[in-house]
Amino acid sequence: MKARVTVTLKNGVLDPQGKAIGNALHSLGFPGVGAVRQGKVFDVEIAETDRTAAEAALSAMAEKLLANTVIENYSVEIIG
Amino acid sequence: MKAAVVVFPGSNRERDMIAALEQISGRRPDVVWHADTELPKVDLIVVPGGFSYGDYLRSGAIAARAPIMRTIAERAAAGVAVLGVCNGFQILCEAGLLPGVLMRNAGLRFVCKEVHLRVETTASPFTADYEAGDVIRCPVAHGDGNYRCDDETFRRLTGDERIAFRYVDATGARTPAANPNGSLDDIAGILSEARNVLGMMPHPENLIEPLHGGTDCRPLFESLVERLGVAA
Amino acid sequence: MLRNDTPITPELVASHGLKPDEYQRILDLIGRTPTLTELGIFSAMWNEHCSYKSSKKWLRTLPTTGPRVICGPGENAGVVDIGDGEAVIFKMESHNHPSFIEPYQGAATGVGGILRDVFTMGARPIAALNALRFGAPDHPKTRHLVSGVVSGVGGYGNSFGVPTVGGEVNFHARYNGNILVNAFAAGLARTDSIFYSKAEGVGLPVVYLGSKTGRDGVGGATMASAEFDDQIEEKRPTVQVGDPFSEKLLLEACLELMASGAVIAIQDMGAAGLTCSAVEMGAKGDLGIELDLDKVPVREAAMTAYEMMLSESQERMLMVLRPEKEAEAEAIFRKWDLDFAVIGRTTDDLRFRILHGGAVMADLPIKDLGDQAPEYDRPHVARPAPAPIEAVPPPNDYAEALLKIVGSPDMASRRWVWEQYDHLIQGNTAQRPGGDAAVVRVIGHETKALAFSLDVTPRYCEADPVEGGKQAVAECWRNLTAVGAEPLAVTDNLNFGNPEKPEIMGQLVGAIEGIGAACRALDFPVVSGNVSLYNETNGLAILPTPAIGGVGLLPDIGTMATIGFKAAGDTVVLVGKPGRHLGQSIYLREILGREEGPPPTVDLAEERRTGDFVRRAIREQIVSACHDLSDGGLALALAEMAMAGGVGATVALPEDAAPHAYLFGEDQARYLVTVSPASRGAFFAGAQAAGIAAAELGTVGGDDLVVRDLLTISVEKLARAHEDWFPAFMAGEL
Repeated sequence: MKARVTVTLKNGVLDPQGKAIGNALHSLGFPGVGAVRQGKVFDVEIAETDRTAAEAALSAMAEKLLANTVIENYSVEIIG
Repeated sequence: MKAAVVVFPGSNRERDMIAALEQISGRRPDVVWHADTELPKVDLIVVPGGFSYGDYLRSGAIAARAPIMRTIAERAAAGVAVLGVCNGFQILCEAGLLPGVLMRNAGLRFVCKEVHLRVETTASPFTADYEAGDVIRCPVAHGDGNYRCDDETFRRLTGDERIAFRYVDATGARTPAANPNGSLDDIAGILSEARNVLGMMPHPENLIEPLHGGTDCRPLFESLVERLGVAA
Repeated sequence: MLRNDTPITPELVASHGLKPDEYQRILDLIGRTPTLTELGIFSAMWNEHCSYKSSKKWLRTLPTTGPRVICGPGENAGVVDIGDGEAVIFKMESHNHPSFIEPYQGAATGVGGILRDVFTMGARPIAALNALRFGAPDHPKTRHLVSGVVSGVGGYGNSFGVPTVGGEVNFHARYNGNILVNAFAAGLARTDSIFYSKAEGVGLPVVYLGSKTGRDGVGGATMASAEFDDQIEEKRPTVQVGDPFSEKLLLEACLELMASGAVIAIQDMGAAGLTCSAVEMGAKGDLGIELDLDKVPVREAAMTAYEMMLSESQERMLMVLRPEKEAEAEAIFRKWDLDFAVIGRTTDDLRFRILHGGAVMADLPIKDLGDQAPEYDRPHVARPAPAPIEAVPPPNDYAEALLKIVGSPDMASRRWVWEQYDHLIQGNTAQRPGGDAAVVRVIGHETKALAFSLDVTPRYCEADPVEGGKQAVAECWRNLTAVGAEPLAVTDNLNFGNPEKPEIMGQLVGAIEGIGAACRALDFPVVSGNVSLYNETNGLAILPTPAIGGVGLLPDIGTMATIGFKAAGDTVVLVGKPGRHLGQSIYLREILGREEGPPPTVDLAEERRTGDFVRRAIREQIVSACHDLSDGGLALALAEMAMAGGVGATVALPEDAAPHAYLFGEDQARYLVTVSPASRGAFFAGAQAAGIAAAELGTVGGDDLVVRDLLTISVEKLARAHEDWFPAFMAGEL
């Protein structure tokens, strides 16, 4: 089974990277760009076949390693 | 030799480079701000080290798209010497002036230490004062210095002798331990096809006087001073 | 969202860290119930961090003046004259708790904060150091914390572009629940262009500069009162995130602005950013300040006055500017892509007035927020003198003992740490990490340089706070002396447990007494500092850790000393008395597993006499290498000098000495030096004339370190033991 874990910064946490990228888009002439927040995407293959169990396992991975839950949120999506 | 040092927001080794150029060439280089599109007429353009724009997207990625870079590419195409050190190397790669990419160090940590380099070619204005095979000391200070390129590019780099420096140990031997970042084929610096653009991860500007613990990197700058004419 | 007229309950007062008597004092001062914003402002200004209410009485006893001191404690950093119209500006500050919660960001913002303290005064930072204390190596959190803190320190400093040239790393179980991250920074300025936080002039614009304000670090108090608010969709972050890129821009913009002559007063926004910085600028200048929060650049929607006043968003500054220069100042900040907003003005009514959405959210007497904060004379008891130690046996095998010590967690090489710090940037690093003190050339000079060292031996302070305090200062002074520098002044970072416990307060009082005595005796005034209290978990306090950061001056870098043995045939000389004291020694702890006894005493007169002699000998180029003796005693110094030089030595101990005490004793006021054959005569004549004990121990040379009849170890084997521990520990191989 394939899954995608998306990790984003929590609301309100300063995102220097997002800010710099947003400014760069501006100066490259893309009009109407508002705030940019960056994050990480992990595509994970796991042997598990049960959807619920897979989601639980991936959440545990996110909690333990993929996300820093002090400052980041994560979401899990089964993609195939 | 008249030089220009290009400064981006987040550049931080421009002062080291300016001091080195001034000390060795006897002339203070022009300092060019990233937003400028005008470059004074110079013999050497230097893109110094640092963390341009915080290196927040990919190292060098945002700086490579600054207006000044188009002018630098034009000058390089016209034969002006361009030196990119550390973040400058990353910027030149992102801007397409040099092939390949600099990825995260294999050890995943920032590394600052003195390494040994072997001079692999003297056929460039940067390395002509060395002998091929010379082993010199030079500091590195980077998190993304792991050079990668595709097979075809690598064949061309080696076939055309465009690898300027390789990481080696003190005896000149290539060993895994001597490579600080996992770089492909121990590559520390490469030349453009026309050999007038050099990108390198190590910092030659930080080993040019006894205070630095050695002068091994002086010949790089002396070679440029000797060979580059004086711009009118 | 909490409204400004939220009823002030005793629970709300307590959750702001204010004691009932302190709250009563607030009521007496303002004659009414405070608004929520006012309560927040009082809690920020009257907490330990801002007010120094437990330590102030004792800090006043420290010597803070001297012929070279331009500005002592009370400003963002201390300022010391280094001649030629130049000054060094430096300070050390803790970021302990945030680094335990989120080690990377905690350490990074600690570095960012101290750099800002330095460039706020007009100085370009030239050196950073840090003193780090972690829990026991086998504690499950330690490796993660070391990794995060070290990469956070590096991540910020490397990107900002300041060389991180030295510091300390220690491990001890007493830091398991409270690590210490003490960050030091130094910068250079012209003595005629130093900037202070005291505002002058009525009706002048108060300007906000730098990054936008978010809810970063809006602290424990709002979290604790979160039950008032069912709108909160996720726990509000209290972690501040560092942005070294913006800080580098802020540095360049501030220095450019200062050069333009626009700045009257400047204060960086650190803890309780807007509140502390505005109050300090006004109170120091005997002025009121009025702020209109509608004008504060924010990056989050619907921020309340309370949140804006307590936000700890990083990379921000507050300034009072000359009105005629406002446009010029704004252009400079726009050029650097930084926010610039006039958010208020100075007034003559000595009030601190906060407007938001057209309403007055706070209106307080400004002087009482700062000057008249509560001050305590907390009860304190001195620690009873430690019992003398029982007999300390010699090791079964001296070689094995020395190998174990050089590879022990506290003594092993810190290369794994400092190779992650860019210690070469700016091109002025003359002595890299690994020596007694870091040395950095002063920009624009051929030979003038500054030396830096951070020191404290917490186990000594635990056993005897007074002697431990003295020793921290003495070791710092000695380390600067050992490179040939004239020690100028210090900054102190006093890390202790809960001061409401008399025994902890006793440690603080004792350590300050010791520090004061040593600083007076060594003419080494305290020019800046920081106090971090309540470093406790489950009632267990950290070891008392008064870290001392010293700065020294080398007029001629050409005569600087380094620790490495230089040439075969040089004579190895112990300067100072023979080693005897094994109480609280590394030998006792690492080899015998005991942490006992009194620490070595510090004879300050002897310290000074010995140091002055050694410094003179270094400057006259009579000694070829020099190393201070501290942790691990003579044996460790010999090993380190051999490893640094890549050459061995053969020494013999005096016949009447107890070999293990001679080798491992940690008596103070001592150095190990080498002298070339040509300088030998001059050296011993000088020592005799000065009345300094100098014992010839042997000769440099060969591949082995040999102590006759006791041990022979190859330098290579020593170096392997010394270098292997840290990488192996971090790789989880131990």
